[in-house]
Amino acid sequence: MSARSGVLAAGRDLALSPALLRWLLPFGSIGAGLLAFGAFVLLIGRDPLEVYATIYEGGFGSAFSWNNTLLRAAPLILAGLAVAIPAQAGLVMIGGEGCLAFGALAAAAVAVPLLPGLGSGALVAGAIAGMAAGSAWFALAGVLRVRRGLNEVISSLLLSYIAIAVFNHLVEGPLRDPASLNKPSTLPLPESAMIGAIPGLDVHWGLAIGLLACGLAQLALSRSTQGFALRVAGGNPRAALLVGLPVGSLVVASCALGGAAAGLAGAIEVMAVHSAASASVLAGYGTTGILVAFMARQQPLAIVPVAVLMGGISAAGSLLQRRLELPDATTLVLQGLLFVAILAGEALMPRGRR
Amino acid sequence: MSADAWFTVMVAVLGGAVRVATPFLFVSLGECITEKSGRINLGLEGTLVFGAMIGYAVSFHSGSAWLGVLAAGLSGVVFGAVHGGLCSLRGVNDTAIGIALIILGLGLAYFFGKAYIQPSAPRLPSIDLGGWATHPALRAALQVNVLFLLGLALALALRWAFVNTRWGLELRTVGDSADAARALGLAVNRTRIQATALGGFFGGVGGAYLSLYYPGSWNEALSSGQGVMAVALVIFARWRPMGCFWAALVFGGAGSIGPALQAVGIQAGYHLWNAAPYVLTLLIMLASSSRSSTSMGAPGELAMTR
Repeated sequence: MSARSGVLAAGRDLALSPALLRWLLPFGSIGAGLLAFGAFVLLIGRDPLEVYATIYEGGFGSAFSWNNTLLRAAPLILAGLAVAIPAQAGLVMIGGEGCLAFGALAAAAVAVPLLPGLGSGALVAGAIAGMAAGSAWFALAGVLRVRRGLNEVISSLLLSYIAIAVFNHLVEGPLRDPASLNKPSTLPLPESAMIGAIPGLDVHWGLAIGLLACGLAQLALSRSTQGFALRVAGGNPRAALLVGLPVGSLVVASCALGGAAAGLAGAIEVMAVHSAASASVLAGYGTTGILVAFMARQQPLAIVPVAVLMGGISAAGSLLQRRLELPDATTLVLQGLLFVAILAGEALMPRGRR
Repeated sequence: MSADAWFTVMVAVLGGAVRVATPFLFVSLGECITEKSGRINLGLEGTLVFGAMIGYAVSFHSGSAWLGVLAAGLSGVVFGAVHGGLCSLRGVNDTAIGIALIILGLGLAYFFGKAYIQPSAPRLPSIDLGGWATHPALRAALQVNVLFLLGLALALALRWAFVNTRWGLELRTVGDSADAARALGLAVNRTRIQATALGGFFGGVGGAYLSLYYPGSWNEALSSGQGVMAVALVIFARWRPMGCFWAALVFGGAGSIGPALQAVGIQAGYHLWNAAPYVLTLLIMLASSSRSSTSMGAPGELAMTR
């Protein structure tokens, strides 16, 4: 008997419906990933419980660590959405970091000069510019796929490397603030003009924007005609073409929306956290967003808790380093093991209805 | 720019092509073997970086750079076997597993590699083919590393083996049609796991080249995505080993333009030149694709080209 039929049988014995199993399985996978990480910690001769406790404390143990966690979760939510929306059309977009870079650059280039005239309206303009830049870049990968049959995994990655090279060129060349001596960056927003904190929290409004975006995306996917058409196009492109759905436009549109989310993430990082576009904006959120989207099984609402979890794990890195003298990369090992466990868990998913 | 400067740039690009191409050559040959079996291993990026770390560490402790290369290859076998094994489970997506193994490979490499950022380990030797040359740039360009020559030999050997050996035929059958392979009594999953493990070996060797020859030290920013780019290289090499060789050289040459110009004092657009290999790859893929014939030469089971 295979492991899959074994779990299904166990599910029947416990009177678990396939639907319930589908809900429980991700938690089981996360548990398995945590166990694997514990084994890794044991292998390197450390106490797993102590490491777990430190990660919990560093990510979720105090108001300070929650703040740290949510600051990281905010861009991760949008970066996850950037992968999850095109995934509805059956695409795997891995170049989110490039959209984030362009979003950051566009926001910095638009918001700073408009600030004297528009006031806080400049932030809105910056966000729109960031979304447009990210959107155009991802849509290009979609067009290449629809028109030329280029695989989007590769093309989005190539476009991402190109975007990062252009980002570095502009930040260190034409757009460089002459006053940024050691760390090249664009002209900064004054602190008073930056996106502020949500009242009662120490976290900027970008988090709320991310939550809103996930809510809207979930609604659009499950309740709108276009969302339904998109899922049909992703599930069975041939059937979608047969019933006359504009599959090509749907694919490009989903890429454009995903790119807009990643671009917005970059724009918000600039306007709420870093004040200017510089190399420190590119902290790998685009890449971690892939992990977030897959762990959330590409469901927009599920992205929120997963992004918080991943944000918390990376926020715990510095405490692991200070207290246990473990390398920062410990959190990366944990994230990798969780990702592998979640994907391997897919093998146990009850099939039929998806 | 003077004629001498032009000459220096041209020679530096050619020499750089060989230097930069070598890791691409190994990773893309590894990816080629894996894809011939019908699977894609994006995780070679993680394998490459872990291979760079373990190769450097073993070379440091043992005093032998070649032992380091071997260790890197063997670590790649482990990563490849894990990838192959996980993808054999039903409903598991090979692209996603690849991304997961990139994160895990990077995590493990950075975790264990922290201790090896400072110390200096023995490097791989190079062969001096330029003893006759008087021009210093030409002499430098003709310092050819041994792994490059081994990579060329490997490409030739694979070209022969894919066509003329039982192993090659079975590999291609499994990659072109799993059903046909099963009907012939071939073990599809086992063949694929073996192909991914072997591909992982060469991915690890490519990483060892980075840390043990050029740039020649271990640090966390060592790879610029060579492992993932291998997938693109294999596509534009049309799944042919010698195609991988030429593709790696072109890619390496494009990547050497920026540093070569910098060497003669031209700083302008340095970062833009960094994008040259990616722009070039995109253009070549575009030129050689159309809506109907993208998968020309592709193994039939490859999810990516279907």
